[in-house]
Amino acid sequence: MKSLFRLERRLEQPKSLNWIVPLVSVAAALVLGAIVLLFTGKNPLSTYWRILESAFASGDSIEGTIRAATPLAFTGLCAAITFRTGIVNIGGEGQYFMGAVGAAWAGLFFAGSGKPVVIVMMVLSGMVWGAMYAGIAGILRARFNTNEIIVTLMMNYIAGIFLDHLIFGSTSYWRDPKSFGFPTGKMLTPKEYWPRVNVFGLELTLGFILAIVVAIALWFMYTRTRFGYEMSVISDAPNAAKYAGIPMRLRIFTVMALAGAVAGFGGASDVGDFRHVLDAKGLQMAGYGYTGIVVAALARNNPLGAVFVAVIMGGLRNAGFALQGPDFPSGLVGTLQGLILFTAVAGEVLTRYRIRVRSNNAEAVTA
Amino acid sequence: MNSNLIVIVLVSAVFYGTPYFFAALGELITERSGVLNLGVEGMMLIGGVSASWASQHLGGPSWLVVLLSIIIGACAAGLVALLHGFLCITLRVNQTVAGLAITIFAGGLGLSSYFASVWNVATKPTTHPINRLNVLGLADKPIVGPILFNQNILTYASWVLCVVVSVYLFRTRIGLQLRAVGESPQTADAMGINVVRYRYVHTVIGGLLAGIGGVYYSLAIVPTWVDGMTKGAGWIAIALVIFGFWRPGLTLAGAYLFGAFSSLSVTLQSRHVSINADLLNALPFLATIIILVVLSSGWAKKRLGAPAALGVPYEREER
Repeated sequence: MKSLFRLERRLEQPKSLNWIVPLVSVAAALVLGAIVLLFTGKNPLSTYWRILESAFASGDSIEGTIRAATPLAFTGLCAAITFRTGIVNIGGEGQYFMGAVGAAWAGLFFAGSGKPVVIVMMVLSGMVWGAMYAGIAGILRARFNTNEIIVTLMMNYIAGIFLDHLIFGSTSYWRDPKSFGFPTGKMLTPKEYWPRVNVFGLELTLGFILAIVVAIALWFMYTRTRFGYEMSVISDAPNAAKYAGIPMRLRIFTVMALAGAVAGFGGASDVGDFRHVLDAKGLQMAGYGYTGIVVAALARNNPLGAVFVAVIMGGLRNAGFALQGPDFPSGLVGTLQGLILFTAVAGEVLTRYRIRVRSNNAEAVTA
Repeated sequence: MNSNLIVIVLVSAVFYGTPYFFAALGELITERSGVLNLGVEGMMLIGGVSASWASQHLGGPSWLVVLLSIIIGACAAGLVALLHGFLCITLRVNQTVAGLAITIFAGGLGLSSYFASVWNVATKPTTHPINRLNVLGLADKPIVGPILFNQNILTYASWVLCVVVSVYLFRTRIGLQLRAVGESPQTADAMGINVVRYRYVHTVIGGLLAGIGGVYYSLAIVPTWVDGMTKGAGWIAIALVIFGFWRPGLTLAGAYLFGAFSSLSVTLQSRHVSINADLLNALPFLATIIILVVLSSGWAKKRLGAPAALGVPYEREER
């Protein structure tokens, strides 16, 4: 059967595609989003203009955007770490929850030991909880070859139920015994709040700065260490990795645990930087883990790219908060994020294939 | 434990298992053609919200509105499946990522929630819910009455579908060709089977059935729309296909098992049985993990029924 166009494998991938593809993806997603908006009777241009305005137009809005980007940077890095090795960890959501649980514990337990000590303990505790939670899926994948996609997804729901249990279903250490009616978590005292960092006159969250540090460390690991090199061998040529004697099972587990630790770091920043409490409902409503997948895909699993993309997604999210109301339907942000993921995924095709259009007998190369 | 409680558990196993079965059966058909669809959750939610909208806005006799709502819900999800097909079959992108993209795009924080909000679906109750029937007037008979004769129309439809799909897959020529496409598209292509068309058609059929699973949530279980109301059912359905070894009958049994799991917390609490409710809520998810671990090790490793070309894009040029 002759179709109008066909895909042909590229022999080499031009480097410029690394940034062209994400740019074109976002543009295409905006066009598709405009169709959705028109279909439901909204004006796409004014909606987009208001998103841009409330995300990046003033110092205040940029601060809000960075705050919204902070969790996404961590969950994006978490997803990118595993995707890079060919493991599909979509458990960033649950690992982030567990990190928040661990960090809230540390923040309450070490209260009064001085801010630096508390921050370090919160980060460590969050990372350990996230790593252990992801480690379960890692062991199952490494030992039994259990499908990590479904396992990590199921664990997201279990983590959500665990949060509910800690705050609503039991009188746990995290629950505020003084909360009547609607139970809430114990608040950290303001002495334990993470400080804001002043960069060029903007008050940024400490978590965002730390996310940049983590991204640089990961970039260093990928480009300068043996471990990082092995990661890329495992994903590009699993058989070669096996014959070269790379301990595959251990590496799969390590990558999962590392990703979980990064997501858990995000959970710690969640408690320390803005919520200051284990907020069972708020965490589950946010969907940070799933947005992290979009971030990783658009950044093409590059750690520094992930932080950058997180800022764009954070802007979208921040605008969503600012504009929420009858003119700005609640699911729009998620829909646009989904569309961006689509176009990013479809854009990957352009890096591997070129499209040839058939016109009678002559074939013209278009892309 | 008295026999009454067992009857209640069995009734709700069927009642809550039916949407799992619809979604899982759809996934089974799609996977048999070699396409992995991880977007089931998103397709279910799109189906659910569209059916809610239809049920609130259409007029006419109740049975007609319900029927149209089911069809609209199924078709909406089918359109999303068509998109999945375009990504996976025509563009040949990574099917795992495409499925995730579908779920994020259409899911509880995405398009389904967007539609619910622009159409004001969540603020009103569904005016035409899918009610339980009293088949042949046998609903009052002890034990079998409530389990078999007092379910809703979709449950009965699912039994018919289970048989139809079994026959289709294993007793018809098209079913044989479908399985050939899923096992070895190269061979199928050489036999003159249109691989692309088979995959498209069965991906869309899978989407239609996932949509009906979603309709079940918004019209039969809770007659109001809640964002993200399927709560992971689409993912459990994907696991059920593995659990059912890609066979409709076993998948039906698995769906009822999980229906029982997911209803236990409601059932037992209303009967004042004191088991931790949170643990019961987590049960379907824990059970899925345990079953996957068991099936991924040892004897089941021989892949009883998994289509050999599952998740592999077909490229004619590479032959």
